[in-house]
Amino acid sequence: GDRVFNSPLSEQGIVAFGIGLAVGGATAIAEIQFADYIFPAFDQITNEAAKFRYRSGNLFDCGKLTIRTPCGAVGHGALYHSQSPEAFFAHIPGIKVVIPRGPYQAKGLLLSCIRDPNPCVFFEPKILYRGAIEEVPTKDYTLPLSQAEVVQEGNDVTLVGWGTQVHVLLEVAKIAQEKLGMSCEVIDLRTILPWDSDTICKSVVKTGRLLVAHEATHTMGFAAEIAATVQSECFLNLESPIERVCGYDTPFPHVFEPFYIPDQWKCLEGIKKLVNY
Amino acid sequence: MAAKLGGALRTLRYLTTRPVSCRLIGTSPSVRCVHEDRPQFPGSKSKFTYKLSFLDPDEEAGIPVYRVMNSEGEMTEKSEDPKIDKTTVLKMYRDMTLLNSMDKILYESQRQGRISFYMTNFGEEATHIGSASALHPEDMVFGQYREAGVLMWRGFTLDQFINQCYGNTEDVGKGRQMPVHYGSQDLHFVTISSPLATQMPQASGAAYAFKRAQNGKCVICYFGEGAASEGDAHAAFNFAATLDCPVIFFCRNNGYAISTPTSDQYRGDGIASRGSGYGMLTIRVDGNDVFAVHNVTKEAREICVSHNRPVLIEAMTYRIGHHSTSDDSSMYRKKGEVVKFDTNNPIGRLRSYMVKQGWWNDDQENEWKEESKKMVMESFAKAEKRKKPNPTELFKDVYEEIPPHLQKQMDSLKEHLSKNEDKYPTQNYEACKEYMYQDLSGSMVGVTRSHS
Repeated sequence: GDRVFNSPLSEQGIVAFGIGLAVGGATAIAEIQFADYIFPAFDQITNEAAKFRYRSGNLFDCGKLTIRTPCGAVGHGALYHSQSPEAFFAHIPGIKVVIPRGPYQAKGLLLSCIRDPNPCVFFEPKILYRGAIEEVPTKDYTLPLSQAEVVQEGNDVTLVGWGTQVHVLLEVAKIAQEKLGMSCEVIDLRTILPWDSDTICKSVVKTGRLLVAHEATHTMGFAAEIAATVQSECFLNLESPIERVCGYDTPFPHVFEPFYIPDQWKCLEGIKKLVNY
Repeated sequence: MAAKLGGALRTLRYLTTRPVSCRLIGTSPSVRCVHEDRPQFPGSKSKFTYKLSFLDPDEEAGIPVYRVMNSEGEMTEKSEDPKIDKTTVLKMYRDMTLLNSMDKILYESQRQGRISFYMTNFGEEATHIGSASALHPEDMVFGQYREAGVLMWRGFTLDQFINQCYGNTEDVGKGRQMPVHYGSQDLHFVTISSPLATQMPQASGAAYAFKRAQNGKCVICYFGEGAASEGDAHAAFNFAATLDCPVIFFCRNNGYAISTPTSDQYRGDGIASRGSGYGMLTIRVDGNDVFAVHNVTKEAREICVSHNRPVLIEAMTYRIGHHSTSDDSSMYRKKGEVVKFDTNNPIGRLRSYMVKQGWWNDDQENEWKEESKKMVMESFAKAEKRKKPNPTELFKDVYEEIPPHLQKQMDSLKEHLSKNEDKYPTQNYEACKEYMYQDLSGSMVGVTRSHS
């Protein structure tokens, strides 16, 4: 049909066409097959979509555009079917970057993105397409953007993640409770940009210890932004330096994936460091 | 014998109607499987060939240049005369020359340090006015940066042009961008952005939205021959053609991309030669013949909205001026070349036509020259005096709403200014003496600082 359709194979074309649709008055949802292939569209996203309203003095905007794309480790994806590029996009004022942790979150957050009057990039952790099973209401509902969610309350350590990693952190929290007697507060950030620093800081004020984990590479991953902000806002509340548990600074490997990802054991070691400082 | 022939004929008939592969039938070498001449690949619409030869573009003549009026302003092909009425032709002429006057004055003003940057339209006025006059006022325009005449035609005022160049409080773009990055919602002209060719696939998308909305509008997308080398141009053409988008791609081939001549930009026959490769209707036109440009654009528009398919127009013209105030084109081209095109420019050609019609004379020319210059100078003087917008404007319109983190940053700038105002040119900006802002609860808070 003409409402949902194939396009020629060009990510820069797909995103730009989506911008044009939005400027022409239509709600546009552009799909990039894998987040690993979003980079040809980076110019259109950074220089065009994100700046459309600002540069025109609010005469024009492409708020009706949402870009959705599968991201994240899937067990065998290797370099080009596993990436988590959210950090690149967090550096672009003018767009929103959102990542759900499951089906219920996905529907509510995606509808919010579609209806949000700003261009949004919606990363969908592909391993959760099959891996997560949840009850999802058929009725219409939205979930708020730029609001982190405390998925599990705790008093001793704050664990922050997004997407698939939230489930890893919930697992770690269980282990930490059993093995270390530590109660962990698990927070799903949900929106990477603009991000909810208030909820994170409020939690760190309570616990004094923060661990941020993500599959994306360590250097300049989004945990760096969180750490910089939290140490600035909550310096005297911190009992120990902020821990980041991330992918190594390498391309995403194939057969070495089990060693690469920030799994529950690495996160557990991180918690031990926080607690034993 | 008859039986054998009859048998062969029956076999042939069988072979031509059944789409299956076959073997050579019969002993005669002249009996062939006729249908095997047609390839069965998906989407194929050609034949097999048994002769090995490469298509050689150098063997083909260049796509011809459509023109209506010769350099003396005479209609060479009377049947192609659009017979535009006097009022419209006078408007065409006045707009081209007013643009020319404005360009001269604003270019000078940059040299004098009054505005930071400028780009002139010298030599390309007919591409703007010819095309704009053939469109409907609500057709959406995606430009590159050298299409000010389109805005002029639609009614963008001298005040609006010059206010944008100054980025003052009256700039509809709110002082955010460099000069000549015009935009107008009312005139359906999407705000210009510096990156080249990015507007092209956007134009395809907007056209698709118009098609679905069935609003009878088309989109026109202007770009230079240099920008046509960008990947975005390729994506734009391919998407527009495959998705049936009512968009006119209008290429201003003016001979140079800053200092890169067309001989370093492409090897084939210009931009027009690419059109059919994408499945687009294509035409090449004399960009300095305002009537020819008008005719092709009018026809292209009709094709777009009636058939929902894109059209490629390559307008051959010449960039008489420098690329911008940051360029000195004498470094890479001979003065003689520029003089040649300046002597035979689109404005002069239209004037010759008008004079031959008895619609214009030297007195009117001198009068208009004076009047247009005066109009520009008046707007200029007013624009120069206006202040720039309040610095807090730099934080707005990033998103539709101001998010908390930006609000914090805005507050920190205000705080910084309250302690260091003397270090900044605040006297040139509006309402800097009073810092009004909206706190997170939404109430307006004011901090006044007076200067003795």
